Amino acid sequence: MFSKEEIAQRIAKEIKDGYYVNLGIGIPTLVANYIPKGINVVLQSENGLLGMGPFPFEGEEDADLINAGKQTITTLPGSSIFDSAMSFGMIRAQKVDLTILGAMEVSENGDIANWKIPGKMVKGMGGAMDLVASAKNIIVAMQHINKAGESKLLPKCTLPLTGIKCIKKIVTELAVLDILPEGGFKLLERAPGVSIEFIQQSTAGRLIVEGEIPEMRLD
Amino acid sequence: MINKVVSGAEEAIKDISDGATIMLGGFGLCGIPENCISALVNKKVKNLTCISNNAGVDDFGIGLMLKQRQVKKMISSYVGENAEFERQLLSGELEVDLIPQGTLATRCLAAGYGMPAIFTPAGVGTEIAEGKEVRNFNGKDYLMEYAFDADFAIVKAWKGDTAGNLIFRSTSRNFNPVMAMAGKITIAEVEELVEAGELDPDYIHTPGIYVHRIFQGKNYEKRIEQRTVRKAEI
Repeated sequence: MFSKEEIAQRIAKEIKDGYYVNLGIGIPTLVANYIPKGINVVLQSENGLLGMGPFPFEGEEDADLINAGKQTITTLPGSSIFDSAMSFGMIRAQKVDLTILGAMEVSENGDIANWKIPGKMVKGMGGAMDLVASAKNIIVAMQHINKAGESKLLPKCTLPLTGIKCIKKIVTELAVLDILPEGGFKLLERAPGVSIEFIQQSTAGRLIVEGEIPEMRLD
Repeated sequence: MINKVVSGAEEAIKDISDGATIMLGGFGLCGIPENCISALVNKKVKNLTCISNNAGVDDFGIGLMLKQRQVKKMISSYVGENAEFERQLLSGELEVDLIPQGTLATRCLAAGYGMPAIFTPAGVGTEIAEGKEVRNFNGKDYLMEYAFDADFAIVKAWKGDTAGNLIFRSTSRNFNPVMAMAGKITIAEVEELVEAGELDPDYIHTPGIYVHRIFQGKNYEKRIEQRTVRKAEI
């Protein structure tokens, strides 16, 4: 079974040279630590920054320079700053190549729920609805099953939706899966030591298993 | 040049009265108009509708106005940092319209560009689409969302001049320029106010035509919500 760091590490392998990438809060933020060496990637933060750098050194924090998670960060040579409307303009116009975000539930037709638990969590969707509605390439980092062992990969989402028919790839602690255009979770890779049977019983939605399923590799 | 300078926050907000709709710039606590928020708290103006990406934290920003029950309705995209907000919302004391962040920004933009509505794919097929007009363009569905109609926009800039021209600094820019364009009356508080002519026209982010009142703020706290650092390399 994969840790959160390993999920992030596996997703990082999907990032290609020349990509502009938006990273969501949580596991997606960790992806920045594993971007393959030798490729040029620009991170977009939707509060208005392209070229997000690492956290500042102690004592060099700047209250005016934060990311979408409200963390103090730095810029890099070649960074640019813009307003919120332009930030979502470049997202809507599909200038951002890849969006990586978390989810509470995903359905077998590519719907995603990640912003609201009725009566419990009242935080808001932030930029998630804009991102999932517009991004051409979205990878979801999520837990396959919750603490009670219940599947989060469902025939149909039970929580209020963030977007419909928009998710194509998922990386969980158990597996890498594609969502097929005609529906269904196609198993691509399994985490080391995890059996196909266990993935099957952890996936409430339709799981498609064809041929040999290799173990995920992180190198 | 038309002089837009007022004496301070108190004068700038003097005609904001009960029931007004106001936009407040900022993302989290970054780039919020601290001086005007303090003045609104002191004035105890009530039944406000506030359009702002976030709702501050319990003891800073818009959170201070929430604590005094000055806000009737919040229009925001993310309010996760405020326990008092959550309490008022769940108890029904506060009306809340949660909308996608890009929709929020673009509805400001539309108001500032003189366009009545926008079409955005954000929220199609979700509960926020209920009751909204859907239009299909080139095979994809879009929601129609109206431009905001706000009595006042209150923004914070880094530098400004007496003609109302504004320059923002770093990511404290965020919603400030689009809200500045969107208010019927726009109030700008700046860290440094200079004479007209001292700012290079090529580097102005918000032209003074959008700004009706400007003043140099004081005692900026600029609170950091998530202080994250790395250790110095040895």
